[in-house]
Amino acid sequence: MISLLKNDAAAVHQSLHEQISWAEKLAAWVLGLLWILPLLFAFWAAFHPAEYTTSFDFFAPLTLEHFVSAWEQAPFAAYMFNTLGITTLILACQLVLCTLAGYALARVPFRGQGIVMALVMMQLMVMPEVLIVENYRTLAELNLIDTWTGVGLPYMASAFGIFLMRQTFAMVPQALDDAARVEGCNRLQVLWRVYVPQAKPVYLAYGLVSISYHWNNFLWPLVVTNTEASRPLTVGMAIFGAPESGVDWPVICAGTLIAVSPLLAAFLIFQKQFVQSFMRAGIK
Amino acid sequence: MNKTQQLHAWLLLLPALVMLAAFTHIPAVQTLLHSFYDNPRGGNPASFVGMENFQYLYEDEVFWQVLWNNAWYAIVTVPVSIVLALVMALWVNARLPGRGIVRLAYFTPTVLPMIAVANIWLFFYTPEIGLFNNVLNMFGFDGQNWLGDPDFALPSLMVMTIWKEAGFFMIFYLAALQGLDNSLYEAAAIENASRWQVFRRITWPLLMPTTLFILINALINAFKLVDHLFILTKGGPNNASNLLLYYIYENAFSFFDSAYAATLTSVMLIILALLAWVQFGILDKRVHYR
Repeated sequence: MISLLKNDAAAVHQSLHEQISWAEKLAAWVLGLLWILPLLFAFWAAFHPAEYTTSFDFFAPLTLEHFVSAWEQAPFAAYMFNTLGITTLILACQLVLCTLAGYALARVPFRGQGIVMALVMMQLMVMPEVLIVENYRTLAELNLIDTWTGVGLPYMASAFGIFLMRQTFAMVPQALDDAARVEGCNRLQVLWRVYVPQAKPVYLAYGLVSISYHWNNFLWPLVVTNTEASRPLTVGMAIFGAPESGVDWPVICAGTLIAVSPLLAAFLIFQKQFVQSFMRAGIK
Repeated sequence: MNKTQQLHAWLLLLPALVMLAAFTHIPAVQTLLHSFYDNPRGGNPASFVGMENFQYLYEDEVFWQVLWNNAWYAIVTVPVSIVLALVMALWVNARLPGRGIVRLAYFTPTVLPMIAVANIWLFFYTPEIGLFNNVLNMFGFDGQNWLGDPDFALPSLMVMTIWKEAGFFMIFYLAALQGLDNSLYEAAAIENASRWQVFRRITWPLLMPTTLFILINALINAFKLVDHLFILTKGGPNNASNLLLYYIYENAFSFFDSAYAATLTSVMLIILALLAWVQFGILDKRVHYR
């Protein structure tokens, strides 16, 4: 099915766009407006003085004071550094582990392939989030609580990634593999020179999905981090926004925008790739 | 299948399998085992207690309420997000002015962290100054204490979940729609079929595999996505909006009752195993798209 998306079929789907009534067009727009309302509101509240938070005056003055106080009240720079570090660490390990395993499952026949595949697929159902109790115990035994590695470890072998790479590698023509073999490449060289370059768009797709998942992940990082040394943005946001901390709404909105801005900016710039990545990743 | 090849395969798989075993398979088995033990206390190791934890679970009213909440949560959010996702996909796949912008708007919640946007939703739901009550007052209705009222807390969570999920599922429908064969639609046009007939007889059946794929994912998400509870309700008031995974978290990390948390996780594993069985055992056999 991935091949269907590869040729992007601009010509094919052009003619499929059907005509809809003006009422439906209006409904589509209203729904779209509703869907970005929370984000629009956050922008409104964050950039205007507190007295305008609930009264929408077109001529309300603009201000950056909420961003200044949000930045002063929480160590956003440290949180962002942790999120960046954790996300990069996870993605790097995922790419290596999933490439190796996906290649073995696609192109190196061995006894027990079916069982291994079933064991891998189990993780699609039983995600690390569900096993927080036992995984916390393991991480404590390994002395990895409150470290980037601790946040990352349970996610490094991703069933989804292994499955995606297997599907992709299985579609690389066997002739290319054979040709490289004739020229004297060993197995890892074939993987590196033939398979990996062919899978570039899939790596991009997987990378974007993985980054947005782990940038936004909350429950496991909450459990396994204790201090600013490893706490990512999401956990920081939860503490920052807690009613006990007594921060007011516009400041929370400003903080929220600080937290989501890198990913949101990346999303707006690469929106086509993002949408296509999620489409590609969802089709098996 | 020579020996070197077998060895190569296992060496390539080794790193991934070690990690999967360490953080998925072994902990899953450990969870089941620990649900038959009590908590280690004052230097004494945990001792085998048989079905005691499950007896406690059976008599725990909060557990039944949480399970019931989670079932309701799934029954409402899953179909509503799927229908909305399909409508969104049909709209942004049709001739719509500003299609790119609308698609972007639908998809935006997917890339925003649940925990951060929950802060904004918390403001929407606030009784005194919140947006929802302001809008209600504008039309002459009384506002509600959305998150503080046991009748409204869970539905309030559902609304936010649907907002978060629909745009995500839309993408899968959109991908499927763009891959559909044109010739069937041309034939339908020649036959002068109405739009509803085209949808009912062509689009919907062809989208069936996508719908089932989304359905399973939506069901899993209904059990594993609890981030917004931490901000909006913390499971309250009085467990009215508590969900299974949040209850597990509470038991493990707030009440420090890891034996009971393991027992609850076992229930979660059974639910997920049932879902897996439905997907791979029944649905995948009956619906094949190639």
